[in-house]
Amino acid sequence: MTHSSLPVQRSFAETLRRDLWWISPLTVLIAFSTFLIYGTWSALQNSGYTWGPYFSPFHAPEIWGPTEHAWFGPRPAWWPEIVFYPALIILPFPGLFRFTCYYYRGAYYKGFWADPAACAVGEARKTYRGERPFPNWLQNLHRYAMYIALIFIVMLAWDAWKGFWWLDNGNLHFGVGVGTLIMWANVALIASYTLGCHSLRHIVGGFKDRLTGQPIRAACYTQCSRLNARHGTLAKWSMFSVAFTDFYIRMVAGGYITDWRLF
Amino acid sequence: MSTMTDSGTRKQTFSLWRGERGTGAFKDYEATVTDGMVVLDVVHQIQAEQANDLACRWNCKAGKCGSCSAEINGKPKLMCMTRLDQLPANEPVTVEPMRAFPHVKDLVTDVSWNFEVKKKILKFVPRAPDAPDGTWRIQQADSDRVQEYRKCIECFLCQDVCHVLRDHHMHDEFIGPRFLLYAAALEMHPLDTGDRVPALKKDFGIGLCNITKCCTEVCPEHIQITDNAIIPLKERVADEYFDPLGQLVQIFSRRKEK
Repeated sequence: MTHSSLPVQRSFAETLRRDLWWISPLTVLIAFSTFLIYGTWSALQNSGYTWGPYFSPFHAPEIWGPTEHAWFGPRPAWWPEIVFYPALIILPFPGLFRFTCYYYRGAYYKGFWADPAACAVGEARKTYRGERPFPNWLQNLHRYAMYIALIFIVMLAWDAWKGFWWLDNGNLHFGVGVGTLIMWANVALIASYTLGCHSLRHIVGGFKDRLTGQPIRAACYTQCSRLNARHGTLAKWSMFSVAFTDFYIRMVAGGYITDWRLF
Repeated sequence: MSTMTDSGTRKQTFSLWRGERGTGAFKDYEATVTDGMVVLDVVHQIQAEQANDLACRWNCKAGKCGSCSAEINGKPKLMCMTRLDQLPANEPVTVEPMRAFPHVKDLVTDVSWNFEVKKKILKFVPRAPDAPDGTWRIQQADSDRVQEYRKCIECFLCQDVCHVLRDHHMHDEFIGPRFLLYAAALEMHPLDTGDRVPALKKDFGIGLCNITKCCTEVCPEHIQITDNAIIPLKERVADEYFDPLGQLVQIFSRRKEK
C-alpha cells in the first residue's frame, strides 16, 4: 500500500468526535500523578507509617527500619542515614508490576504519552516504534514483576493479620479496628488485581490450547480469567486502596483522627 | 439541526463526505428522520432523494456482513447498527469514510489491503486425525476460547481505529487487530500444530500494539480483542523471546506442549 493513497494524518487532538473524549485521559493523568506524588511524599516521610498493630502497605515489608515490624532490625551501620528510606527499598517492586501491567500501559500511553490521547483522535507524534525498541521491549518482562507481586500479597496479608492483634496493658489479644478492616480490604483488592494479571492468566493455563483433562489448571485459568475481565477496575481500586490505607494509618498515627475499635 | 413534527418525524442535517480518491469535503443534506432509523437508512434516503450518485457500501443491514463501516460523529461504527436515538438530535451528524484505508469515493474505501495481509498468515495446520475415518475429537471447553474470535465479521473498524494504521500508516509492518485476532484463532485452536509466534514478532509487528484497547472499544461483535487475543499472543511471544527462566523450566518439564 502506498502511503500517499491514505487519508492525511490528523493533527494533535483533531477529531470529529463530539463526546468529552479528553476526560478519560485527563482523569488518568491526574489520578496517576496524584498517586505518584503522594506515594513518593509518603515514602520520604520515614515516620507515621505504623500505629498500634497497623502498618502501611507503602512500607511493607520493612526490611530494615526503626519499628518493631522490621525484619532485620534497625538501619545497618553501613547505610548512610541521609539516604535511608525503608519504603524506597520496597516500592520499586509493586511499582514495576503496575508500570508494566497491560492495563496501566494502555492507560498511561493515552494519559501521559498521548499516543493516542483517545481513540480516533489525532496524535502529536508522526513517528512511532511501539514496544519494540529498547527500553520499551522490557515491558515484555511483566511476568517477572508479577512473580514478585504474588509474594507481596502474602506479606500484606501477614501485616493485615497482625492488625488483629492488639497489645493492651502488656497482653496481646484479638481485636478489630476500622484500620484492620481497611487493611484487609486493601489486601483483597490487591490480591484480586494481582490474581487477574494477564501474564498469570497465561502461565496458569492460557499458554495451552487444550485444558481438558487438567481440572486444576482449567479451574485456575477460569478463575483468573474472571478476575482478568475486571482487571482495569481492580487496578484503579487497588491503587486507591493502597494509598488510602497509608493515608488512614498516617492520620491515626499523627493524631488527626481516632481509630474506632470495634471490639 | 433537528425540528420535531407532530407525526414524530423530524428534520436533521447530515454532513456526508463527498469526493473521490482522497479529495472532497463534507456536504450537508437535510433528511426527514425518526428515532428508530439507523444512519444507513438516512444515507439510503439521501441517496434516493437528493444524491443519486452517492457511493456507499452495504449489504445485510443487520450488523453481520461488515460492509457499511464508516465514521459517525468521529467514531468508527457500522452505519446499519447506529440508531439515530444514540446520536445528539440537535446537531448535524457527520458521516465520513474509514481513515485507515485508501479512499475510493464518498463513503467507500478500498479495504483490499486486509485480504492481502490475511494471505500472509500461516493457514490451519491440523494434527493427525484422531479416528481412522479421518475425523478429530475436541471438547467443547477447548473450543470455547477460539469461538469468540470467530464472531468477527471483518468490518475492519478495529483496523480503522488502531492508531498504528490510522495515524502512523505502518501497514507494511503491522497486520492490525483484525489479523492478530485471526492469528489467535488459528494459534490457539485445539487441533492446530502450526507455529505463528516467530512471524507475529518479526513480520506482523505485534510489538507495535500498545494496548490502548481502541479495537475492543469499537468492535460491533463485542469481541475482547485486546484481552483475549492480542495480549495472550504477546505472552506467547514473551514465552519464546523474553523469558529465559521460562525456557529453562521448559527444558525440565512438558510445559511447551500445547
